[in-house]
Amino acid sequence: MSSETSQRTTERGRIRVSGFDVERVDSRDPLSSWQPDLQSEEGRGRLEYAWMRFKRNRLALFGAATIVFMVLLAVFSRPIQLPTSFPVLAGETVQPFSLAPADPANQDVITGYREPTLENLLTWPPTGLYLFGADWAGRDILSRVMYGGRWSLSIGFIAVAMALLVGIPLGSIAGYYGGKIDEIIMRLVDLLYAFPFIVLAIAVIAVLGRGYWEMILALVVVGWLPYARIIRGEILSVKENEYVTAAKALGSRDRSIIARHILPNAMAPVIVQATLSIGTTVLVAAALGFIGLGLSPASAEWGVMLNVEQDAIARGRWWAGLFPGLAIFVFVMAINLVGDGVRDAFDPQGDQTDTDTGGLR
Amino acid sequence: MSLQRFVIKRSLITIPLLLGISLLTFGMVHAIPGDPIDFITLFTELDPQTEMEIRAEYGLDQPVYIQYIDWVTSAATGDFGRSIITRDPVINEIMERLPYTLVMGIMAFGVTLATAIPTGVIAAYYRNTKIDQASRVFALLGIAIPNFLLGLLLLLIFASWLDLFPILPPTSKGILSYDMLVYTLLPAITIGTGSTALLMRLMRSSMVEELDKDYVRTARAKGLPERTVVRKHVLRNSLISVVTVAAIQVAFIISGSVVVEIVFSYPGIGRLLVDRVGNRDFPVIQAIVLLIGVAVILANFVADVLYAYLDPRIRY
Repeated sequence: MSSETSQRTTERGRIRVSGFDVERVDSRDPLSSWQPDLQSEEGRGRLEYAWMRFKRNRLALFGAATIVFMVLLAVFSRPIQLPTSFPVLAGETVQPFSLAPADPANQDVITGYREPTLENLLTWPPTGLYLFGADWAGRDILSRVMYGGRWSLSIGFIAVAMALLVGIPLGSIAGYYGGKIDEIIMRLVDLLYAFPFIVLAIAVIAVLGRGYWEMILALVVVGWLPYARIIRGEILSVKENEYVTAAKALGSRDRSIIARHILPNAMAPVIVQATLSIGTTVLVAAALGFIGLGLSPASAEWGVMLNVEQDAIARGRWWAGLFPGLAIFVFVMAINLVGDGVRDAFDPQGDQTDTDTGGLR
Repeated sequence: MSLQRFVIKRSLITIPLLLGISLLTFGMVHAIPGDPIDFITLFTELDPQTEMEIRAEYGLDQPVYIQYIDWVTSAATGDFGRSIITRDPVINEIMERLPYTLVMGIMAFGVTLATAIPTGVIAAYYRNTKIDQASRVFALLGIAIPNFLLGLLLLLIFASWLDLFPILPPTSKGILSYDMLVYTLLPAITIGTGSTALLMRLMRSSMVEELDKDYVRTARAKGLPERTVVRKHVLRNSLISVVTVAAIQVAFIISGSVVVEIVFSYPGIGRLLVDRVGNRDFPVIQAIVLLIGVAVILANFVADVLYAYLDPRIRY
């Protein structure tokens, strides 16, 4: 304890609180300007600064614009009609626009399954009407790539959001309370880290089976690890600060100390990691789709599109694979640009080695 | 701390990790809702007599912890039971495929080191020039390109258009045949590209850091030729961080192989895993997942020991 007190006095040495000078107290800024609701003033200021720096980063802005563009394409590719069982607006068309030139499920040229003979394989290269060509079943690839973003992108965003919801609380608990609970959580993290991400995801899918939510769950099991680690580390360094001690002394509950005092100060690296993780997650989801353990072959998820066409691509029907593959590539590239931009925005002095893969292994 | 003590201390951390992953892979099957026997019998109705026999064969009549102990102890001797699909011993199936994946992995590792280190050094030496910019762009592309897309493109270009490789691997000739080794280059390059991009940038940044240090100025000031300065002084010191990251790339290569083996119809472990997940052949899945976990843990162990050996300051 003595070392702690001595540390405090040296830190405060600048101010030198000696005795109680009434005149000084009266003449200084009034204490009443302090408002409890603005406790995150410093945090908000940092966010604002980060945003200002981000806005000046043209590469990152370009990445962000690309992502927005791809999301808009996916949303407006076909009309969205709510299912009739939906609690509100049942059966209503909430999004009437249809940018995709064709119905992604419509087999324009042929109907039904047909043996992919060599002759059939070379039938539908890109032409005027079908900008990206057609797939083995005669479906328009451009429409499918646009529409497929609904799967690929939503998986990425939802899985990362859920991973944050798991990783942040667990990491906070581990870091804040320490001791046995910390030990248990972090050993679990270490354990799961022993498996390459995709192998762990495959193992989870082996248990759960295939499907949209099963895939998301598999990606969450894999995805929460970095946040738990980062948040724990940040909390360990933040919780020694005086303002945390002060909040404790004032009788705040642990939950509110974590949520209002610690987390805002520990968020920067999490935001960076989360941005980069969206790209990784989309990549892993596409890889799972590609190896046939993702969504159903009928869906237009980009990895699945590559999977059903892989023989065709190797045999010269390049358009069947190039465009869904490019969609994944462009998205991951854009996310990486944004992620790097976010990192530089939060930490302008940090070393920019661009070796970060967002946890991809 | 002596290196010996460091190794001992570090292996003490490894042992509970190994136990943990064995628990995890074992628990996998029991996490599935329903009776594990259904995955063996594939949901066929059985008379009680046969069911009892199957339960006894797979140890399912024992309490779970005994099942675990049995499984771990036999796994330690290489006995993972029999595949549900083929009825062959799991270890035989794995040993049949393992050489392919190993050769591919070693090749990928070789490709990575052989390209990443020289290009990283050059990028660092000519930093902030066009060469450096080009390596930066390559790194960005190499990290973002999905390995399955890269693999398909390589197949399209080199097998389909240029006709330099067959589209399917010449598996019948065995892994050590010339044809097979040549074919393996394609998947090895595919897997290695991501790691190369990563290592190259790492090499560059650690090299740049070293080049700015005082001892480099001293070496130059005392008139050493530039080649000697770079090779004997800078390169050696900047390799330290690269070596450890290179060891960690083992995980990268394993996960790459799972996907890339599918692209190239390559008869390795990853493909076996993916095939059997489709069939829910749990003895095989468990064995492969366990092996991969062990491989990664050992690679990390080697990385740490290497690091401690190369940079004694680490052995705190």
